[in-house]
Amino acid sequence: MEDITRLTVHELKSKLDKKEITPKEIVKSYINRINEKEKDVGAFVTLNLEDAEKEAIACDEEKEKKEYSGIPIGIKDNLCTKGVKTTCSSKMLENFVSPYDATVVKKLKENGIISLGKLNMDEFAMGSSTENSRIHVTRNPWNLNKVPGGSSGGSAAAVAADLVPWALGSDTGGSIRQPASLCGVVGLKPTYGLVSRYGLVAFASSLDQVGPITKDVTDSAILLNIIAGHDEKDSTSYNREKEDYTKNLNKSIKGIKIGVPKEFFGEGINKEVKEKLEEAIETYKKLGAIVEETSLDVAKMSLAAYYIIACAEASSNLGRFDGIRYGYRAKEYNSLKELYVNSRTEGFGEEVKRRIILGTYVLSSGYYDAYYKKAQKVRTVIKEKFNTAFNKYDVLLTPVSPTTAFNIGEKCNNPLEMYLADICTVSINIAGVPAISIPCGVDKKDMPIGMQLIGNRFEEGKILNAAYAFEQEIKFREKYKPDFRKE
Amino acid sequence: MEKDDYEVVIGLEVHAELSTKTKIFCSCKTEFGADPNTHICPVCMALPGALPVLNEKVVEYAVKAGLATNCSIEKNSKNDRKNYFYPDLPKSYQISQYDKPLCNNGYIEIEDDNGNTKKVRILRIHIEEDAGKLNHNEFGVGSLVDLNRSGVPLIEIVSEPDIRSEAEADRYLKKLKSILQYVEVSDCKMQEGSFRADVNVSVHKKGEPLGTRTEMKNMNSFKSISRAIEYEKNRQIEELEKGNSIIQETLRWDDLEGKTFSMRNKEEAEDYRYFPEPDLVAIKLSEEYIENIRKDLPEMPESRRDRYINKLGLSEKDSKNITSSKFLSDLFEKAGEISGNYKAVCNWINSDIARILNEKEIDPEQIKFSAENLADLIKLIDNGTISTSIAKKVLDELFENPRKPEEIIKEKGWIQISDESQIKEVVKKVLEENEQSVQDYKAGKDRALGYLVGQAMKQTKGKANPKMLNEMFLEELKK
Repeated sequence: MEDITRLTVHELKSKLDKKEITPKEIVKSYINRINEKEKDVGAFVTLNLEDAEKEAIACDEEKEKKEYSGIPIGIKDNLCTKGVKTTCSSKMLENFVSPYDATVVKKLKENGIISLGKLNMDEFAMGSSTENSRIHVTRNPWNLNKVPGGSSGGSAAAVAADLVPWALGSDTGGSIRQPASLCGVVGLKPTYGLVSRYGLVAFASSLDQVGPITKDVTDSAILLNIIAGHDEKDSTSYNREKEDYTKNLNKSIKGIKIGVPKEFFGEGINKEVKEKLEEAIETYKKLGAIVEETSLDVAKMSLAAYYIIACAEASSNLGRFDGIRYGYRAKEYNSLKELYVNSRTEGFGEEVKRRIILGTYVLSSGYYDAYYKKAQKVRTVIKEKFNTAFNKYDVLLTPVSPTTAFNIGEKCNNPLEMYLADICTVSINIAGVPAISIPCGVDKKDMPIGMQLIGNRFEEGKILNAAYAFEQEIKFREKYKPDFRKE
Repeated sequence: MEKDDYEVVIGLEVHAELSTKTKIFCSCKTEFGADPNTHICPVCMALPGALPVLNEKVVEYAVKAGLATNCSIEKNSKNDRKNYFYPDLPKSYQISQYDKPLCNNGYIEIEDDNGNTKKVRILRIHIEEDAGKLNHNEFGVGSLVDLNRSGVPLIEIVSEPDIRSEAEADRYLKKLKSILQYVEVSDCKMQEGSFRADVNVSVHKKGEPLGTRTEMKNMNSFKSISRAIEYEKNRQIEELEKGNSIIQETLRWDDLEGKTFSMRNKEEAEDYRYFPEPDLVAIKLSEEYIENIRKDLPEMPESRRDRYINKLGLSEKDSKNITSSKFLSDLFEKAGEISGNYKAVCNWINSDIARILNEKEIDPEQIKFSAENLADLIKLIDNGTISTSIAKKVLDELFENPRKPEEIIKEKGWIQISDESQIKEVVKKVLEENEQSVQDYKAGKDRALGYLVGQAMKQTKGKANPKMLNEMFLEELKK
């Protein structure tokens, strides 16, 4: 049974189609794996194992099978799930049960996919290490003393540890790609507007996207097929023809033009990370791609613009957690104002409060023009710079994270250093373009290193195929595997 | 105190609920008066993860209102968030419009205090969502929130400070209400809060710069608004005369006390931290879209007035009175069409109905009887079934408990006596009982006839056919 949890979803699917395994066997294997490893990793906030088993049995008995009947999944805990707690890893929503399913969750259900549970994250998706979870820490399966990255740390760790075959995450400034990179799995942030945000608890509305975290590129394409598409409940979701992202995965990448923006390899990027990326560039050249160094000077201004825009939107989005209708309410208060202040002071963690304060400040009268408005202008500039780059290149290649996974507790007291963890990823959200993080090797301490491929708007097909060709070449999954060591 | 040296300057911000079937950002019903929290969903409850989707009807209605008030329509508009904490505002922000409202720079015409036509400029009209409603101690101890109203669409119509008296303010509000009703974008039911105003008042000495203004929020009766303006004007003049200055502040009008009270001043004023709503896309309107709405605008009061004068032969004054309210104008047209007697309908509306509305202090929209009822009433007079005085009683009854006039008169036994022998009997009896009046009449006092007819009416409880009664008395007295 052990082997089942090592399989990718497309492998599971083909075994299911050939009736070599049953949904019940699959779910059972995962339950065993979770029982064995979850105590080390701490990927889940809520486990849903009993229901999952029942659903698997129901799948076995189904006459008309749904497309992915019996395939399990893990869901980041900021996606609303009807009847199952959605905590955002916050004390504020510790006991919150949504009465409705997020659109992406609904789509999973429609495809017969079974949720094993809700995955840990930085509180309200704010953070890069999952240490801001107010539920518990999540550990990196490659080294249990290290962080899994964040904010979708639970999702990335669960996939890396084979606790789920795949997972949904969300990415506002790197929250899918960075943990995927740190955990040696594949993470895709789709084009803004490709996937519905309805039911994703908002952090920064103009930047948030839901995306897949998977064992390989093929699974990423499959999960994107399932969750992508217009949703009339989300005005910012695009109405465009549906694509099959798996269709072009075998296409040759001969002649595709890859730009390598030199600014992404500057100061602060770890030497070993650079080296692995350079190896990856050589691999691409070998595969027939045209790789050129280019300039895309956006990283620094992106980080500034990002923390202004994201915090501004968050300060407003998180206003609804006021202790009135749902969520945490302080035990003691003597006035309406105290009810608000005490509930929010006690209900939110430090990082969330820091960002609410930052966001409130940049929107305040007298400061709006200098911060928020200027950040919006910078955003326009960043978009234009990406447009220019994509006039010339099909794909841009950059690091995902400046370093491999850092130690738990290492950056907790230095928020600015933590913010720098996002330096390679935030500009992609600001520009609204898609990007994928795939493993390209390990450092000397056997910690995975990720590579980021960025595409133009709605060109997920291109970056998936470029990632696929690379993956087939270096066979990361066959060579490396997390060993749950502690050192 | 030299009151006449001062001029009052008034600006009004009117909130009107739009009469779309569903809310502005979700498909919940907008219906008033349902049980608390029955017209709600994740969107208007602001559950985590819920997103707004703009109801296109709201844009259409706001554009209609803008066109009817001579505004220019903004082709590139957007929504913004207005952030503040209050328990009736579940998202802790209201989706409104800040720097790109849908409609700009309009005006409406009113009569000024000298009877001349005056333009009151409209700065802007924007769309926004209403908040929920707090119930204090209504259901046991404590405050509970009802979110049925959360997300009901509103337009806010902001006037320039062009109004110079409480009477002008009153005329402006009534005109605006009537326009919104004519273009069918709001039912403007003030008692349900679907038409309410924030009133800004300042005073200054004539020829000097404008004074500091105070604001009274959420006023929903014309009478209170007039009283509040008058009070506030006098209060400000008194303060200035005492050598004090006016503090810019938000006031609360207490209708019972007839006074304003301070709520919060400028220093305590909230910073709403407006920013563009990232969950919604920009509102882009084409010229064609706007023109189609313009083409389909319903007939406005001026046009109806001309038609009443030219085609139906009403006087200018009568036409004006009737068209001042869309409800009355609709009632007039429908009852006129059914009864075929426009003249009579006009008279009933402008005399007795107007009087009762005034006595009861209610708006025409609160009339519960139908145009059919009024038409039937007129037909009953026209065919001699009832007298005018009985008809007035039937009208009272229609206001109280509307049903078919035939049923009312049957039930009350009010059918007119037109039987000659019956009337003759009454006339004879009255003549016998009023020897003195008969002699007076014969002595040349014509008024005595009126008295006799009155006596006969009294005896028949108003049911005798007055025309026949009159004729018969004359006949008998000649003998």
